[in-house]
Amino acid sequence: MNQPLFQIRQLKYRHILFIDELAIPQRKITCIVGESGSGKTTLLRMLNHMISPDSGDIEISGRSVYDWDPIELRRNVVMLSQTPVMFPGTVRDNLIIGLRFAGRAPVTDARLEKMLKRVRLNKGLDAESASLSGGEKQRVSLARILLLDPPVLLLDEPTSALDEETTRFIMERLTGYARQEKKTVVMVTHSSAVVRDYAEYVIEIKSGHVVKEGERHDRR
Amino acid sequence: MTGGDLSLWQLASAYVFILILLIIVRVRKIRREKEILISSIRMTVQLMIVGYILSFIFNNDYPFFTVIILLFMLSFAVYNVYKRAGEPLSRELKKRIALSMGLGVILTLAYFILVTLSVSPWYNPRYVIPISGMIIGNTMTGVSLGVHTLLEGMRAKKAMVESALMLGATPNEASRPIINQAFDSAMLPTINSMVGMGIVFLPGMMTGQIIGGADPVMAIRYQIAVMLGITGGTSLTVILFVQIAYKAFFNSRSQLK
Repeated sequence: MNQPLFQIRQLKYRHILFIDELAIPQRKITCIVGESGSGKTTLLRMLNHMISPDSGDIEISGRSVYDWDPIELRRNVVMLSQTPVMFPGTVRDNLIIGLRFAGRAPVTDARLEKMLKRVRLNKGLDAESASLSGGEKQRVSLARILLLDPPVLLLDEPTSALDEETTRFIMERLTGYARQEKKTVVMVTHSSAVVRDYAEYVIEIKSGHVVKEGERHDRR
Repeated sequence: MTGGDLSLWQLASAYVFILILLIIVRVRKIRREKEILISSIRMTVQLMIVGYILSFIFNNDYPFFTVIILLFMLSFAVYNVYKRAGEPLSRELKKRIALSMGLGVILTLAYFILVTLSVSPWYNPRYVIPISGMIIGNTMTGVSLGVHTLLEGMRAKKAMVESALMLGATPNEASRPIINQAFDSAMLPTINSMVGMGIVFLPGMMTGQIIGGADPVMAIRYQIAVMLGITGGTSLTVILFVQIAYKAFFNSRSQLK
């Protein structure tokens, strides 16, 4: 592996995570798999610095997480939570708000609509966010972070509320975009189909320990 | 009553209202006799003590006494805000409540007493104490409501705050809707009371001045000034409070505690 994006050493967090050493490659699609409660989401939150390890360190691009300004880090390493969160207002408001949070200027409706197409959401920008279904909310949240176009995307089960067909469509577009734009994607997933079809690197976690990690050469 | 003094007998006659209340609750079997008795006795004793303290201070007007009374009222108000929260507050939040109330009240009082009322000498207890009492009391109500809304909001909207942080929002930006809501709920009673002023009720201070023989027009001028002072004091304190209090919910790494 050339210079990894995330390098974890001697990390401990409560009784949830114990990682002696783990490297996550840059510009690849990494899938984190494991049973529920094994610590996958905690690991993702750790990479986004929503929580700090009790001991040990995480280096991001060769710099300790503690040397990063947390806000600047999160603007580069954006995380999508498992449960989609809608802010009050319309779909447009919900897309724009991500840009505002990141301290960036709003974009045109045309650009927003393009994003909705990319996540295959057939809703107007003026639709009330409260009226959306779970799967629609998930796609709006995904579109929100795609709009930010960060170098690193952490996705916590981004397609859990979607049917197989929509999942495939979105994953195709997402991985295509990631490869073309040289993005790093770290994704927690329960779907063996997603791992089989899209993962370039796989990390398996069991009770807070990394039990398997490596490239997937047999990718189609 | 022929104006001026109220005799002790006249005062005693007013307790008839409490007697009537006691009879009613007993007949209706509402078990509140104890509370009614205790609260009327407390009210009487507390006010009498205050009366004696005030007349002592008015007769010996040293700046020291005025300042001590002021600080006492302020600390009591802060303590009351802690208690009214209805749940244990973090040290961090308590510090911020005390700081914002102290700063907000002292700045408002300084301006109001020195500039608006031009009280002389500045510590004249006859003005400073009752006016501070009104401003501090209203500030306390405002901040209490603000604390309540802030705690509620941080709990109910935790996922929203988290998800904003994950997208790179600053803690201020992430908690902005909650901050605004807290400000709103803290200011609402003060704003509403201005609307009803003079129509729905005649405020106590003005009523007292009129009964005491003051010209109603002059009493109303005072009342208007005091209402503005209360609004100013409450808004300044609440703004300071919401601007610093939300930080108590985040650590130095911009993570939710």
